[in-house]
Amino acid sequence: MCLGIPAKIVKINGSIADVEIGGIERKASLDLLKEAKVDDYVILHAGFAIQKLDEEEAKETLRLLEEIGI
Amino acid sequence: MKMNRPYMKYLDEFCDPKLARGLIKAIEGLVDREICLMEVCGTHTVAIFKHGLRGLFPKSLKLLSGPGCPVCVTPTQDVDTAIWISRQKDVVLTTFGDMMRVPGTIGSLEKQRANGADIRVVYSVLDALELAKTNPAKKVVFLGVGFETTSPSIASCIYTANKEGISNFWIYVCHKLIPPAMRALLESGETTIDGFICPGHVSTIIGSLPYEFIASEFNVPCVISGFEPLDILQSVYMLIKQIKEKKAQVQIQYSRCVKPEGNEKALAMLYEVFEPADSNWRGIGVIPNSGLKIRQGYNRFDASIHFEMPTSQVTEEKSGCICGEILRGVAIPIDCPLFAKVCTPEEPIGACMVSSEGTCAAYYKYGG
Repeated sequence: MCLGIPAKIVKINGSIADVEIGGIERKASLDLLKEAKVDDYVILHAGFAIQKLDEEEAKETLRLLEEIGI
Repeated sequence: MKMNRPYMKYLDEFCDPKLARGLIKAIEGLVDREICLMEVCGTHTVAIFKHGLRGLFPKSLKLLSGPGCPVCVTPTQDVDTAIWISRQKDVVLTTFGDMMRVPGTIGSLEKQRANGADIRVVYSVLDALELAKTNPAKKVVFLGVGFETTSPSIASCIYTANKEGISNFWIYVCHKLIPPAMRALLESGETTIDGFICPGHVSTIIGSLPYEFIASEFNVPCVISGFEPLDILQSVYMLIKQIKEKKAQVQIQYSRCVKPEGNEKALAMLYEVFEPADSNWRGIGVIPNSGLKIRQGYNRFDASIHFEMPTSQVTEEKSGCICGEILRGVAIPIDCPLFAKVCTPEEPIGACMVSSEGTCAAYYKYGG
């Protein structure tokens, strides 16, 4: 039930964004985020963006994974 | 890895089988004794089974499923109350789909709908609010189930309804908080847990600080994990490394989404509308301050105040069902005499078989 998926913001209209998930567009409330802009990735859960996805941290995790797995 | 769907950034990178093989080898190299880890979150349970991770670990590494499936820990009394609400005049009861088949003592919401009650499945609580706005003659009630991942969105919706002066919308609050349940598990001492795989999306909201007591008071390491196979493997690696080095820290593997302080705006909204309250967990019992109730300033949206509800009866699990033990990590589904015989996903007896994220449903679908 705590499922959340990374979604990319494509348009913002007030506190509602159009987000794209694997080619599908949905509406998402931005009410729980301090700030968000077009092209940001957010975690979408039950119609709300609950956190911004930190793209630098994602790269860093992948780098660490490669380091452990060598 | 070839996926039967379009490429999804920030999911598919974390499914690389070559990196997974390296991580499994690294885990094998570290495990030199019997280790028992608990994944608290039901979404982790499903991911672990779905990706076949249990079969890849060394035999001495055991994974236990915890109480982190909100559907499974909602007591039968709350299901009975939701059914009672749905029978009241002019009521439209709205719920997430997961709750429809959960058995109470007098049937399920699904059976109630078949009997004519107006019960609708919504994707978001905002859909329920919209239904209230477009149907002013109806009383729209939302069944609020879920952990900290979900409750800020319910708070935000109540806040909006209050601002817009909506008067035909209520929430029946069954929300629960994860850290108090982890404390209850540890204090019970019923099972030995060497490390916790902590819920990733709950932690996007609460951050890592609320788990600190687990490391400092109980000396049990915690790693907050993402949900893709590489995330879970890396979290297991990080936990075993801590165990081996005799450390107990709270670490964040899912750093692309979880900050130590969490989502401060969402937390502020959550506690603007709700306050902590004691809550009854199916199979565990009442845990102090492990649930939420609507604060006085917003209590006109509280269904438990608006509707004159009958006093709830204490109900017990159906004879033979051991969902309670399973939710506490004391037993596993194959210990249950009903499992896969009389209790199946088609004809579930207990909540852990109903929910797609329940431990019994995962064992049934993917095998133990």
